[in-house]
Amino acid sequence: MTTEHLRDQTCIVGVGTTAYGNFPETDANGLGADALSMALADAGLTLGDVDGIIVNRIPSYERFSEMIGLNNPTFGAQLQASGRMSGASVMMAAMALASGQAKCIALVYGNNGRSVREYYGGGDSLWAPWGFTSPGARHAMMTRRHMHLYGTRSDQLAHVAKTFRDHAALNPAAVMRKPFTIDDHQNSRFITEPLRLLDYCLINDGGVAFIMTTADRARDMKKKPVYISGMAREDTYENSSTYTSPDDFWFGALDRMAGRIYREAGIGREAVDGLMIYDNFTPTVVFSLEGMGFCKRGEGGPFVEEWHLALGSGLPTNTNGGHLSESYMQGWALIAEAVRQLRGECGERQIKDAEVIQYICATPISNSILFRN
Amino acid sequence: MDYKKPLPGIDIWSRPFWAGTRAGELRMQCCGDCRTIFFPPGPVCPSCQSRNLTWETLSGRGEVLSWVIFHQLYFKGFADEQPYNVALVKLDEGPLMYTNVVGTDNDKLAIGMRLEAVFEPATDEITMPRFRAVQP
Ligand SMILES: [Zn+2]
Repeated sequence: MTTEHLRDQTCIVGVGTTAYGNFPETDANGLGADALSMALADAGLTLGDVDGIIVNRIPSYERFSEMIGLNNPTFGAQLQASGRMSGASVMMAAMALASGQAKCIALVYGNNGRSVREYYGGGDSLWAPWGFTSPGARHAMMTRRHMHLYGTRSDQLAHVAKTFRDHAALNPAAVMRKPFTIDDHQNSRFITEPLRLLDYCLINDGGVAFIMTTADRARDMKKKPVYISGMAREDTYENSSTYTSPDDFWFGALDRMAGRIYREAGIGREAVDGLMIYDNFTPTVVFSLEGMGFCKRGEGGPFVEEWHLALGSGLPTNTNGGHLSESYMQGWALIAEAVRQLRGECGERQIKDAEVIQYICATPISNSILFRN
Repeated sequence: MDYKKPLPGIDIWSRPFWAGTRAGELRMQCCGDCRTIFFPPGPVCPSCQSRNLTWETLSGRGEVLSWVIFHQLYFKGFADEQPYNVALVKLDEGPLMYTNVVGTDNDKLAIGMRLEAVFEPATDEITMPRFRAVQP
């Protein structure tokens, strides 16, 4: 398959992000509606310009559209409330726009998991009788195996967490901004060993929205468009009951994606100025770097230990602080950060002369998007 | 009964598995056409899509591929054993499953460790398969 014909055909022309925190006075609909208003204002558009909608983690596309007064779109979809769906939403919008199903699509995400005390783990599942539950535990299981095969160490993962916290310290919107040391990470309590508290993402409320349109319509808009130059998605469903196949670490999926996304986008890996990596847990960053070929397979631990992901080094990553320190917006805030980096709106944490940013999400629906300005 | 841990949800595909554990056996589906043994159970062979499936009794042996220790309490029923282990086990016949390793201290667990199934009655209906180090 190929998506080369979609190269630079569609753009993000508006982004909106609410404050991140604990907001019991609103909910996913309220947060999504706020983010959407911000995104429309950012794009210089009104709701009347929108003829397509994709919602994620918002309970109903139908009710949400009714609530905000979007009555007769020609395209609509609602994706499952998991982080793999942020990139999938952008890709779906790009395909719908390029095929003429809509002219201008609003993508809206709202999350009130913090204020409703959403607990990731403990629900009914196949493995609950053995006490096995939670996304963190699945990644802990992968991490132990990666440590066994490649010698990866917890203090190497600490470098990922510390790097993103240092970035969050430069981001006024971030929930967690106080820097910590490698020792602080190593002294933080185990949640599911070998992963510690500081290997885990945050849980917070917030909303994010994007406005996407076609490249020809984007040219006259208020802000410089950010183009979707390349996209790739690879699903991995074998052994999904145990989350993933042993020794895979999503490498198979990411390696296949890397084999086509750069070629189809006409942008080489070496041209990437910064990364936004889905960091639900620190090891996912290591798996993503290996799978996408930014380092050799098994060498993600030493690679992150060399601080390559820090602002000012070769591959600045998650400059907003990521899920580990900025906000748990399930990929949406990372994509917003990619757009803002490419517009040069990031202030103290700006990647100098950023022209290409890559989003990478390593999950059962692995996906990656190459954005350029 | 004072069994406090979560109990399995049994459906039409998994009922023979739990009948097996109650009889002290680890039984899984086997494809009559390609001989793949798979778990969790389902309506077709995931390797060749055959419906020609039988239930076979496995050796109950396997090895640890990975393991974790739960320090965070997600299930009240595990409070007495906290921190407790869960291992990813590859059975000798091929399938993967998560299980608890009993009779070995958490700090003595290791990848590659050989395990054998043990069967612990939980309720009148349910017997839980867990694993212990293969006895010499
Ligand atoms: Zn078969």
